[in-house]
Amino acid sequence: MQTQLKIRIISILLPVFLTGSIWAEEAPPVNEIIRRAEKAAYYAGKDGVADVKMVIHDASGGTREREFRILRWNGEDGQQKFYVYFNGPADVRRMAYLVWKHGPGRDDDRWLWLPSLGRVNRIAPGDKRTSFVGSDFVYEDVSGRDPNDDEHELVEVGETQYHIRSVPKDKGSVEFASYEVWIDRETHLPVKAEYTDSRGNVYRRVTADRIEVIDGHPTVIVSTVEDLSRNSKTVNTFSNIQYDVGLNENIFSERFLRRPPREAVR
Amino acid sequence: MKGFPWILASGLMMGLASAQVDGFVESRMGTRTQSDPGQDQASIREIRLQLGHVDFYGPFDLELKADFLYDDLDSRRSSVDLERGQGWFDLRSANVSFAPTDWTDVKVGRQVLTWGTGDLLFINDLFPKDWTSFFNGRDVEYLKAPSDAIWLANFVGDWTVDMIWTPRFNADRYLDGDGISFAGGAFTPDNRIHADVPTDSEFAARLSRYVGSAEIAGYLYDGYWKSPGGFDDAGRAQFPRLSVYGASMQWPGLGGLVNLEAGYYDSRDDRDGVDPAAPNSEVRFLAGYSRELRADLSLGIQGYVEWMQDYGDYRDSLPEGRGARDEVRQVTTLRLTRLLMNQNLVLSGFVFASPTDEDGYLRGSVEYKWSDTLTTTVGGNWFVGRDSDTFFGQLEDNSNLYVAIRRWF
Repeated sequence: MQTQLKIRIISILLPVFLTGSIWAEEAPPVNEIIRRAEKAAYYAGKDGVADVKMVIHDASGGTREREFRILRWNGEDGQQKFYVYFNGPADVRRMAYLVWKHGPGRDDDRWLWLPSLGRVNRIAPGDKRTSFVGSDFVYEDVSGRDPNDDEHELVEVGETQYHIRSVPKDKGSVEFASYEVWIDRETHLPVKAEYTDSRGNVYRRVTADRIEVIDGHPTVIVSTVEDLSRNSKTVNTFSNIQYDVGLNENIFSERFLRRPPREAVR
Repeated sequence: MKGFPWILASGLMMGLASAQVDGFVESRMGTRTQSDPGQDQASIREIRLQLGHVDFYGPFDLELKADFLYDDLDSRRSSVDLERGQGWFDLRSANVSFAPTDWTDVKVGRQVLTWGTGDLLFINDLFPKDWTSFFNGRDVEYLKAPSDAIWLANFVGDWTVDMIWTPRFNADRYLDGDGISFAGGAFTPDNRIHADVPTDSEFAARLSRYVGSAEIAGYLYDGYWKSPGGFDDAGRAQFPRLSVYGASMQWPGLGGLVNLEAGYYDSRDDRDGVDPAAPNSEVRFLAGYSRELRADLSLGIQGYVEWMQDYGDYRDSLPEGRGARDEVRQVTTLRLTRLLMNQNLVLSGFVFASPTDEDGYLRGSVEYKWSDTLTTTVGGNWFVGRDSDTFFGQLEDNSNLYVAIRRWF
């Protein structure tokens, strides 16, 4: 009887332990999951270009559109350079925005080219949680949030997704109290993120709505940010995506803000 | 010269027909908030059409931008002066740029030029400004007047060497009494300043590089004072010779951006400071700091000084009855910009205040973007001063309020 019970207990527990051990093997440390997700979402290829159409839907039903082409170049140790060339709307047409992302621990350098003034403006290293060109996206959504800025905790290993909860180390520096992110186990891409305010309400949601494999890289083609408190949302649609086009690092410079490179315009 | 605007205008119209042209149409109305005996009560009343065309032609970049203006207050609008920016047509840019080598860029033609680190304060930027447009409520884009120049930029290692040669001196679109009153109303639309504008060339150069995240630069200018510096015996305004040597530095610091800039203004026609018809030499210096206070709210502050050299000689040579300026003129500025409603509403304030001149100037505006193509701006320029002979104090009668509607296409 006793033996029977033992066997029964073991037979009940065994699958739990077994699957548990499989998960333990498959689920890397949470920081590794985050690192892979960052790499998949922001560092695919040696470089990349894409056309972006941004549609901002405000609470009253109005829409605004932004069209720009984005060029990205990857350096060493997480260093990156971005070149954003605006095609619309008309009041920002031909403006260009340059970012040198130095990686962990150092502020980005940012410049804006204002063609009507013939002037390159250095931008003060500011709040990365500021709206990007009036949309619901913030600068950090565009160039990526430093994983070292948060403490990450693996909440659940789902069949297809890792569910991670992250809490900022410096609570005063951001508008959220925490956020949860769901990362696709196969593509490593974050497919959903929800931001919670200090009262525990989810007020912001970012989703990857369509993912396609381009040049071997799983790539987000459509993504949406919803601001649930303001009842607005912004949809980003990417097209003409290319990786490893052989961008010259030189074009990410003040020289080429003044005279946009062909790669940015065409 | 007379036919030239028409040729360009028709060229741009043809471009418009082929949908390669963009721009805006704008109506701008403004009134003085007090009366000025020598000027119209309206401070601005105009309709403007800007057409631009930018494209690549093989290795060449072409940039064309032209304004067609109906300025109801301009009695001379039928005649076009492309240097003074008068008349119904203003050519903002018409230039070609190309890279003859991997390390050289060249831009030839009419272009808007600027450099230096100041915010609406200029030390080493000696490219032409349009002060009338700045004070009467036009978009700040029009503070910069175009230059007819050749720009050669060389990229040698980490260094950039810019050289700009203007074959024929481009003066500021200086205050001449038409539209903006100054100097106690001595000049009016019917009694404007007449000036002998030099026809020689001018030259500007900059040597710059990054050291870490800090940008350092040295500057050189050789030409003339950009606005009239004095009068000859016949009462015609003069542009005395000027050289400027300067340096600047800008770097991320104190949670924002810090900038320093200095220049020595070598007034070559009056090195001893004894000629009342030419400005004395000056040392100019500015320190600035800007940062984002929080999301969508940014701040900029600056301190600026002009230190006149040979001040004693200046005092001694000053004609009887003419008010003397201080040896050191200080100006501090404050800029606050607030973005609201998904950045569709922009509140902006910029204050110049001079403790030494006891005067000040406030530029304020509220801009709302109704859509991606329609914008309304309401703004004002307010001048205050204890005396009527200081830089901003003399402009007191020009304080104005304006409204502008702009439709982009």
